[in-house]
Parts: sequence; structure tokens; C-alpha cells
Amino acid sequence: MGQKMLMKGNEAIAEAAIQAGCRFFFGYPITPQNQIPEYMSKRLPKIEGGCFLQAESEVAAINMVYGAAGAGARVMTSSSSPGISLKQEGISYIVGAELPCVIVNMVRGGPGLGSIQPAQSDYFQSTRGGGHGDYRMLVLAPSSVQEAVELTQEAFDLADLYRNPVLVMGDGLIGQMMEPVEMPERKPRTDLPEKTWAATGWEPGCGRDRAIINSLYIDPAVLEKHVNHLYEKYAAMEANECRWQEEMTEDADYIIVAYGTTARIARSAMRKLREEGIRAGLIRPITLWPFPAAPIAAAAKHAKAILTVEMSMGQMVEDVRLAVEGAVPVHFFGRTGGIVPTVREIITQVETLAKGGH
Amino acid sequence: MAVVYEKTKLLTDKPLHYCPGCTHGIIHRLVAEAIDELGIQNRTIGIAPVGCAVFAYDYFNCDMMEAAHGRAPAVATGCKRVNPGNIVFTYQGDGDLASIGAAEITHAATRGENITVIFVNNAIYGMTGGQMAPTTLPGQVTTTSPYGRDPKLCGYPIRISEMLATLDGPAFISRVSVHDVKHILDAKKSIKKAFETQLAGKGFSLVEVLSACPTNWGMTPQESLKWLEQNMIPQYPLGIKKEVE
Ligand SMILES: Cc1ncc(C[n+]2csc(CCOP(=O)(O)OP(=O)(O)O)c2C)c(N)n1
Ligand code: SF4
Ligand SMILES: [Mg+2]
Repeated sequence: MGQKMLMKGNEAIAEAAIQAGCRFFFGYPITPQNQIPEYMSKRLPKIEGGCFLQAESEVAAINMVYGAAGAGARVMTSSSSPGISLKQEGISYIVGAELPCVIVNMVRGGPGLGSIQPAQSDYFQSTRGGGHGDYRMLVLAPSSVQEAVELTQEAFDLADLYRNPVLVMGDGLIGQMMEPVEMPERKPRTDLPEKTWAATGWEPGCGRDRAIINSLYIDPAVLEKHVNHLYEKYAAMEANECRWQEEMTEDADYIIVAYGTTARIARSAMRKLREEGIRAGLIRPITLWPFPAAPIAAAAKHAKAILTVEMSMGQMVEDVRLAVEGAVPVHFFGRTGGIVPTVREIITQVETLAKGGH
Repeated sequence: MAVVYEKTKLLTDKPLHYCPGCTHGIIHRLVAEAIDELGIQNRTIGIAPVGCAVFAYDYFNCDMMEAAHGRAPAVATGCKRVNPGNIVFTYQGDGDLASIGAAEITHAATRGENITVIFVNNAIYGMTGGQMAPTTLPGQVTTTSPYGRDPKLCGYPIRISEMLATLDGPAFISRVSVHDVKHILDAKKSIKKAFETQLAGKGFSLVEVLSACPTNWGMTPQESLKWLEQNMIPQYPLGIKKEVE
């Protein structure tokens, strides 16, 4: 498979996972991500060693992921906002036990049952560690179907490399839209550590220590040491895995910060603004955690203002403000509840800034 | 000199943390002996619960995983699906299995998941200090039913073995007790049978073991064994509830 195909984002993510060696999928139906489990249920049973299982709940699904990851498999689950809330306890355990896995969240409107329309209002939950305890997770936010394919595939390597779950976060649109994609078969990175820690069967003298997949450290000093060890991994992620895309920021007076689908809309707005003679630029975080604070701070040095655009009431904007440290005003524009901001709305926001408004 | 009794190699040398008179230790020993006698140490994976047996991963001398409260059957499912050649067992208390984990055990059972479940029913939440469990007997005093469990207020004890035996998925379900030597020997037979069921690929097996918690029942070890026999067994009749040939 090297040629371009027209695929729905959700199906492309599922196929990308399979091409990256994912052979186990556990999930529970919820809109707007159902095409991921549906696709997996078709494909995995036809692949040797593959298994798709519809769990009785998201709680069960994430714990099946724990068991499969603990046994050394490449494994994935997917859900949407309410289901991801239910998975949080399991995610915290997976982090604590240092198990690799990939979790997809096709975010929909909230709080509560909310809506089934696209949203970005799970940013806090995703980047602050939605479950209990001191932890972080790599959060990858694609803005096209092709990028969703690439990031999903990479997510498996990153999970294995750091022994930590990786969250692929798409607003519902990324899952629902159809775009041409190239679907490369992707061999795992060759520098990944062997999973000598996996529970696969042990007896004395078999050449490794007895495997104990566990997140309980009853002695506070030992737990603190364990958490410090986790934070060394997070420091390495911050140093090595932070990703973003910058467009026309060098001379920009107004910098729009947006991710996912919103970034595409912001890009159209930026181009129109340039046609009008307003020097706008765009920074698109690709990793939401670690957050690309450095390029935003650098761009802020010569900009007049920053506008953060989200499909939420303003969550990422807090990270933008932390990055800028008051150097320039940081404004926010957002639509929520499943409403997608328009190009016109963003243009109006920047025009108002340019006229000295806000 | 002939050895008549020795430590099974399926238990580590770590001293058990259980209270004096607690029958968790006996049940550990029975499970360990069964794994040892079946010669499956090198492919057995145990899943520890949240409850007094949370440290089971330190005691069973095989690969182990520690699950979140109630989720051991889901963890076991993931593990078994990845390596169907492994023998996977969970070890769970009654709060863990019959309350917070009621969905996970029911669905693992109805899927006929080829795993073995050791279900330790002591009619109480041992680890958290003796609160009411779904299995607490009517009238039984606990720290959250200080006037005795009132079925009008909080319902009746749940009979997991009978409930799961109504499903088509399970291959072997039995309830046993460890309050005296005769019953301990019977319990051993059932536990071994449960592992054999999995080895034969027949599907889901569960052994419910009635167990004493002298600490939280507020009794001496002897009193607690007597109480178990006189009060728990009438509520939870012993015997094989389901067996698929
Ligand atoms: C999600 C969650 N809720 C509550 C607890 C607290 N908790 C720990 S053990 C336990 C009860 C265990 O009772 P049981 O399963 O009967 O095991 P026993 O200690 O009696 O052997 C509870 C409620 C927890 N660890 N996690
Ligand atoms: S509290 Fe009860 S179940 Fe727990 S170790 Fe003590 S006696 Fe055993
Ligand atoms: Mg109990």
C-alpha cells in the first residue's frame, strides 16, 4: 500500500494502527469514533494473531488494554469524550505500571453527554493528566487525515520508547472527514527497547526477573522515587518530542495559535488577512503535551498580539499565556458545544486587534 | 527421612502480611499447590486485586499483574487474548468482584473467557477496615451497617456463583469453604479442577471460596471459622454450580 486512497479519518487511523503492528483492539461504541472499532472488527480477525474485542464498557476496555500491554502486545483503544472520562482511572494505572499503548480520543462537545459534534474541550483533561496522580502523557493532535495516519503510527513507537500511553486527540471532524491518504506499512523503530518486563510466563532460571506489572508502591519513599523516574521520562519527552508547525510568523504582527481542525480554518483566515495587508502568522501545536511554548514565546517577541482559537471556551489559551509570560496581549476566540469557528469570525477577531480594539 | 509437608515452590519466601487466623493464606497455598502440581508455573500469569490480597504479586511465584479495583477479569482478558497459551488466573475479594467489578466478572463469564477466577468471599471489605460488602449477611454488623445489614435499606447478599451459573459461557463454577480440613481438601480439588478446565480450553472457570476475616468480624480465629460454618454456608450453599463436560 503506497498509493493514495480516499479514507475517512477514523478508518485511516485504524488501518494506520494495523500497519504499525497493532494487533489488539478493545473498545466500546460511542459517536463520533465508531468507525475505528468497526474497522478493527473487520480487519483484525483476518490477521494472524489479531484480536478485536468489544468490551462491556470503556472501563473494561482500558483494563483489557492494560492486560494486553502488560503481556507485551501493541494495543490500542479509542473512544470519545464521555468514554475517555471513564478510562481515566485505567490510564492512570497504565502510566503507573509503565505500559505502552495508544489511546484515541475523537473529542465531542461536553460537559456531560454534551453533543456528538466536534469539539476541543478535552484539552485540560488530556494535557493535565485526566486521571489521578502525578503524570503526563504525550498528546498528538493531527489536523489532517494524512497527519492522523502518521501520528497514529508514530504513537506506537513513542509509547514503546517511553513505556507510557500516547493519546491521539482529534476533534470529531478529523475522524469524520474524508481525505486522500497514503498508507505506508510501517515497521517499528529499530532502537526500541525489548519488552523484557512483560508478563509472558516465568520460571526460575529462565533468564529474566519475575515480571510484576504494578503501580502500587506502599512505601512513600519508594513511590516518590518511582514518580521521579516517571518525570525523568517526561523531561526527555519535553526535550525530544515537542512538535509544532509555524507559518509566516517571521514578520507577523498577529499570531494565531490553533490546533487540529481549527488550525486549518485559522490558516485560511491568515491567508485572507495577508491579502488585506494585515501581517498574520500561525503556530499550530502538533503535540499538545509537551506544549510548544518556546516557539510561541519567540514569536511573541516581535508580535503585537496573539489570538488563540479553539473549539472550547478557552483551555489551550492558558498554556499560550504561560508561554508568553505577559510579553504581549493574548486574546482568545472560541466556539463550543460542537460549533466550528468560521474563517470570517477569525478574520474579524484579528481585524479588531489590528484596529486597536479588544 | 521422608518429607511429608513442604513449602510449595509456587509461593515466594516473602512473609504473608495477612492477620492471624485469616484464611487468605490457606487459599494462596491451595492455588499455589494446584499450579505446582499441574506443572504450569512457567506459563501462568496471576492477576492480583485491590483488597487484602493486593500484594498477591509478591507471594505467587509466577509472572503477575496488579489490577485496578474490580478490573482483574478485564486485565486477565487482555493478557489471555495476547498469549492464549498462558494460564491466566485472577484472585479477587467480594468487594472487588461482586460490587465494583460486577460488570467485568459477568462479561468475562458470559464470553466464556478461558481464565480461572479465585473468588474469596469473606462477606466484608477487609482491607478498608470492615465496611459492608455486597455479600454481607442480613443483620451482619459492619462499620457501615452498624445496626446490622437491613435488606430493606440496602438489599440482599449477592450469590455470584449461582448468578454466573445461569450463563452459557462458564465451564466450571463451584463454591467451597476453608473452615476445616475436610473442606480445605475439597477446596483444593475444585481449584485444581478450575485450572484443568482452563488447560483443556473449555472456557471460564470460577471457584468461590468462603473465607474468614476474624479481624473485621471482631472474632477470634476459632470463633470466625465457626461463624463462617454456621452463618455463611446456609446463605452460600457449597457445591458445584456448573460443570461442562
Ligand atoms: C476505585 C477504588 N475504590 C475504592 C478503593 C478502596 N478499596 C480498597 S480495598 C477495598 C475493598 C476490598 O474488599 P474485598 O474485595 O472484599 O477484599 P478483602 O479485603 O475483603 O479481601 C476498597 C473499597 C480503591 N482502592 N479503588
Ligand atoms: S482484614 Fe480480614 S481479610 Fe484482611 S488480612 Fe485481616 S483477616 Fe484477612
Ligand atoms: Mg472481602
